[in-house]
Amino acid sequence: MTPLLQARGLTHRFGRVPALDDVSLLLRRHEILAIVGESGSGKTTLLNVLSGRLAPQSGDVLFHDGSAALSLAARGEIAVRKLQRARWGYVAQDPRAALRLDITAGGNIGERLMASGARNYAEIRATASRWLEAVEIDPQRLDDLPRTFSGGMLQRLQIAATLVTDPELVFMDEPTGGLDVSVQARILDLIRSLVRRLGLAVLLVTHDIGVARLLADRLIVMRHGRIVEHGLTDQVLDDPHHEYTQLLVASVLPA
Amino acid sequence: MQGYNFAYLDEQTKRMIRRAILKAVAIPGHQVPFAGREMPLPYGWGTGGIQVTAAIIGATDVLKVIDQGADDTTNAVSIRQFFARTAGVQTTTHTAEASLIQTRHRIPERPLREDQIIVYQVPMPEPLYRLEPSRASARRMHAMADYGPMQVKLYEDITRFGRVAVSYDHPVMVNRRYLMSPSPIPAFDNPKLHLMPALQLFGAGREKRIYAVPPYTAVVSLDFEDRPFDPVRAPALCALCGADDTYLDEIVIDDRGGRMFACSDTDHCAANRADLP
Ligand SMILES: Nc1ncnc2c1ncn2[C@@H]1O[C@H](COP(=O)(O)OP(=O)(O)OP(=O)(O)O)[C@@H](O)[C@H]1O
Ligand SMILES: [Mg+2]
Ligand SMILES: [Zn+2]
Repeated sequence: MTPLLQARGLTHRFGRVPALDDVSLLLRRHEILAIVGESGSGKTTLLNVLSGRLAPQSGDVLFHDGSAALSLAARGEIAVRKLQRARWGYVAQDPRAALRLDITAGGNIGERLMASGARNYAEIRATASRWLEAVEIDPQRLDDLPRTFSGGMLQRLQIAATLVTDPELVFMDEPTGGLDVSVQARILDLIRSLVRRLGLAVLLVTHDIGVARLLADRLIVMRHGRIVEHGLTDQVLDDPHHEYTQLLVASVLPA
Repeated sequence: MQGYNFAYLDEQTKRMIRRAILKAVAIPGHQVPFAGREMPLPYGWGTGGIQVTAAIIGATDVLKVIDQGADDTTNAVSIRQFFARTAGVQTTTHTAEASLIQTRHRIPERPLREDQIIVYQVPMPEPLYRLEPSRASARRMHAMADYGPMQVKLYEDITRFGRVAVSYDHPVMVNRRYLMSPSPIPAFDNPKLHLMPALQLFGAGREKRIYAVPPYTAVVSLDFEDRPFDPVRAPALCALCGADDTYLDEIVIDDRGGRMFACSDTDHCAANRADLP
């Protein structure tokens, strides 16, 4: 399978904390890679560096755009911003921080379309309506403000607003982390079906081994900013080699 | 005003402002910072426009100053007198006779020519300030041409109110690159910005920014393909000259609520009346 995103020797410290310590990884097209690890292990920092939101102190991130494999640093800020606006997506844990609550659901979904040059009002609305349906929100809510939405609906709205530009790569940081357990399962099902249907590549941060097992093809396990284990999801979870992974697996799976 | 330099500002300041103007002309629609000087007028009286005018005015220029279309408001009269005294230039109220026009909130109805320059007084140069109060973030948005949020605002206006909510200072794209505030001119005037033969300079005194639209530059009002920019004009004729194609002011004519519409461009209205049989 063709490579899409590659990290080489990423290192980043906050003061004396090594949030990332010589991290390398490869994500292929259409692949779902989960990043798991305990709180503070560097998962969010890694996602921020991979998605071009944070420049690493050393190492680089290569994006294979179909014609060239160039590092984000070499592409430059404007080109990376352009990728972030359309070909990449970012789903944050807290939809309230990612969405704009003072504009309508349709305006939120339309934003990335308009940022990429869409200028037909009726077409933007039709696309936004279709995306509301795709994430199982009543299209009648198109002109409603998100502040009237439940937490689960807000997360579905964020997913629609992210996927509307048909990205090839989506970064997700604990996409079900802030939700009620009862709502989590439905959102996970939705993510799973959309991701397969659209052929997305996903970098998924989670500290929930169950989420990783449900969604991911491959898995990396982080601790203290280092990758301590990686491999196919089922292999790693069924036969963890590193003692830290054994602990992680044991702590969630009933004995 | 004995003891002042020509056009009040010292030569070093004028050179600094001219450098900012040249840069602004080279990057149409881009806001260029400049080290503004204190002027003997309060902000809001057009100190940005006055500094630009002072930096470019020459002894042979003929100056016209308008305030909301009128030559005879206190503001317009005092700026005109200021330059008559400090630069000794000739002044006029006729658009056709002027080589330099300083304006607040209007563009003259009579089309401007290549040998004319129009200077706008700008209270708020940043078109993104309502969406993005942080200047640093707004600058980044300009650098990245990140204008999606502005288009979203138009989308929201149309969705909620059926049309774009503002009728003045409607944002424009200059030369297909920079989002620009046209200053608080009525949307009715926006089409005049497009491909104008005259050089257009914009000065913001409090915010210390200069920007420009060189002659014959594309200036497009933000809109949607299927909701084209469509400025409103009061559906009336000028009560004084009968014009049906000018921007009208609504004027209260008595204390019983009587009103009439008349051209906001007083020079244009007078010229129309002179032409009447
Ligand atoms: N902006 C920052 N300033 C200082 N330290 C930071 C900053 N961001 C992260 N860190 C530190 O870097 C380390 C890695 O943090 P990171 O947020 O990447 O962990 P995480 O794996 O995402 O944790 P969690 O599961 O709690 O979200 C932690 O020790 C954290 O305290
Ligand atoms: Mg985190
Ligand atoms: Zn008239």
